[in-house]
Amino acid sequence: MPDDLILETRDVVKEFRGFVAVAGVSLKVKRGSIHGLIGPNGAGKTTMFNLLTRFLPATRGSILHRGEDVTRLPAAQVARRGVVRSFQISAVFPSLTALENVRIALQRPLGTSFRFWAPARSLSVLDDRARALLGDVDLAALADVPAGELPYGRKRALELATTLALEPEVLLLDEPTAGMGHEDVGRVAELIKRVAKGRTVLMVEHNLSVVADLCDTITVLARGAVLAEGSYAQVSSDPAVREAYIGSAA
Amino acid sequence: MTGRARRVWSGQAIFVAWATVVAVGIVAPFVVYPVFAMNVLVMALFASAFNLLLGYSGLLSFGHAAFLGSAAYVTGWAAKSWHLPVLVSMGAGVAVATVLGLLFGVLALRRSGIYFAMITLGLAQVVYFLVVQMPWTGGEDGLQGIPRGTFLGIDLGNSFAMYYFTYAVFLAAFWLIQRTIHSPFGQVLRAIRENEPRAISLGYDVQRYKLLAFVISASLAGLAGSLKAVALQFATLGDVAWQRSGEVVLMTLLGGMGTVLGPSVGALLVVTMENYLSSLGSWVTVITGTVFVVMVMAFRRGLVGEIKALFARRS
Repeated sequence: MPDDLILETRDVVKEFRGFVAVAGVSLKVKRGSIHGLIGPNGAGKTTMFNLLTRFLPATRGSILHRGEDVTRLPAAQVARRGVVRSFQISAVFPSLTALENVRIALQRPLGTSFRFWAPARSLSVLDDRARALLGDVDLAALADVPAGELPYGRKRALELATTLALEPEVLLLDEPTAGMGHEDVGRVAELIKRVAKGRTVLMVEHNLSVVADLCDTITVLARGAVLAEGSYAQVSSDPAVREAYIGSAA
Repeated sequence: MTGRARRVWSGQAIFVAWATVVAVGIVAPFVVYPVFAMNVLVMALFASAFNLLLGYSGLLSFGHAAFLGSAAYVTGWAAKSWHLPVLVSMGAGVAVATVLGLLFGVLALRRSGIYFAMITLGLAQVVYFLVVQMPWTGGEDGLQGIPRGTFLGIDLGNSFAMYYFTYAVFLAAFWLIQRTIHSPFGQVLRAIRENEPRAISLGYDVQRYKLLAFVISASLAGLAGSLKAVALQFATLGDVAWQRSGEVVLMTLLGGMGTVLGPSVGALLVVTMENYLSSLGSWVTVITGTVFVVMVMAFRRGLVGEIKALFARRS
């Protein structure tokens, strides 16, 4: 049933001056699932993310959200439709406090973001919601600390809180546990599991135990094409997948 | 330092900044020549308007003289040839600068970084060319003897009256800039400057925010130009020339980009040097240049920026 698909790509291709980063990928993300995108370095995972969120224009093919073609929409508009991404490097606004970071996401629907004459305190109506969102990711105590001074794991948590402030329908997480210590990985994985309720998550992730733990469906990319798709058990026993991973390790 | 202490500190800093500006401004015409003080105020406003763009939006315009100069000419012409009241003349100048700002912004914001700067420079050169070519601008002579007129029955021909009028306009604009920086709009600008892709991913049409910032900055630069035409009673090619665009970068960096008072302090320094060293002729340029290089090498945050950093370390 196509209604079940929240995000879909059809033969999407991305070429950079002759180099083919994504070579005709058709991806089907089911509503409510946690979908993993894995593959060796250079497989085109992050490029797929950039295409899906319109940070890069696709060379060919189409991208559909809720069955509607979004291939040519501006990136900000895709975000406003509820398809919101995170970044590989933690994306926070460093000189803004944790609270202000979350408030940036909350203030747009307020419709006052062009009011350069409005006082700063006009945003304080959002403080309670922002604090609640920070509480959800265990950052309540650090609300007034500039984001740039937070430790790495906390920055990622803040990024997640900011993303969740938009109440996204689809969350695209680009390597949410990259560069994290063991404890932080566990905490972020828990967090993802918690926030995935009632949402769809598409994540690129290198940590296979996180993928095995969280993802309902996994798509393996290699050299810009789909190599395999299925549950973790199916994918991990696929000989082509094993070869691609071992081949890249050698 | 905890977040609360930081907020109190920034509240104090804003209060100190305001108290300093108000106090210095009130006594200034008794200490220095009113015309000199007005020149400082006009340039301080120009630099503050520029700082709104460079310091708070991260956009380096190299064509801001076009807004200052065109507003100065239009205001001068409106006051001199049409005998319009001072506020109407100034309004006309600001309106022209705003329209130009919109035009520049729409074109230049298609590119970023050095290309953005070069497009603003190129467009400003077009404005310079038009000013040189058009008959009403007086060519090399510029517009001289612009009448100051009266405001609320007060004759602005009196230097003190003119000074306090200039000062009132400056304070109002300075207040508006502070307000803008801390407004919901200012928050989005900060977010865009610090992480543009992230701001896009949160659903912001960043180009529209940058454009509004550019237009506000151009309008206020135009206000500075209009004020200059009335206060100093002339508009010359120097006001639209690219050197003027360079000078405002210099003032802003000297005083401290992205600080409240920095641009005004920078303007004070540069105008003072130009004024009191003018007997040295072309050596002024050499001295200004040397001071600039030394300051940027030694105090990368600018004068006000370094003082702020010093206090932040102490507490």
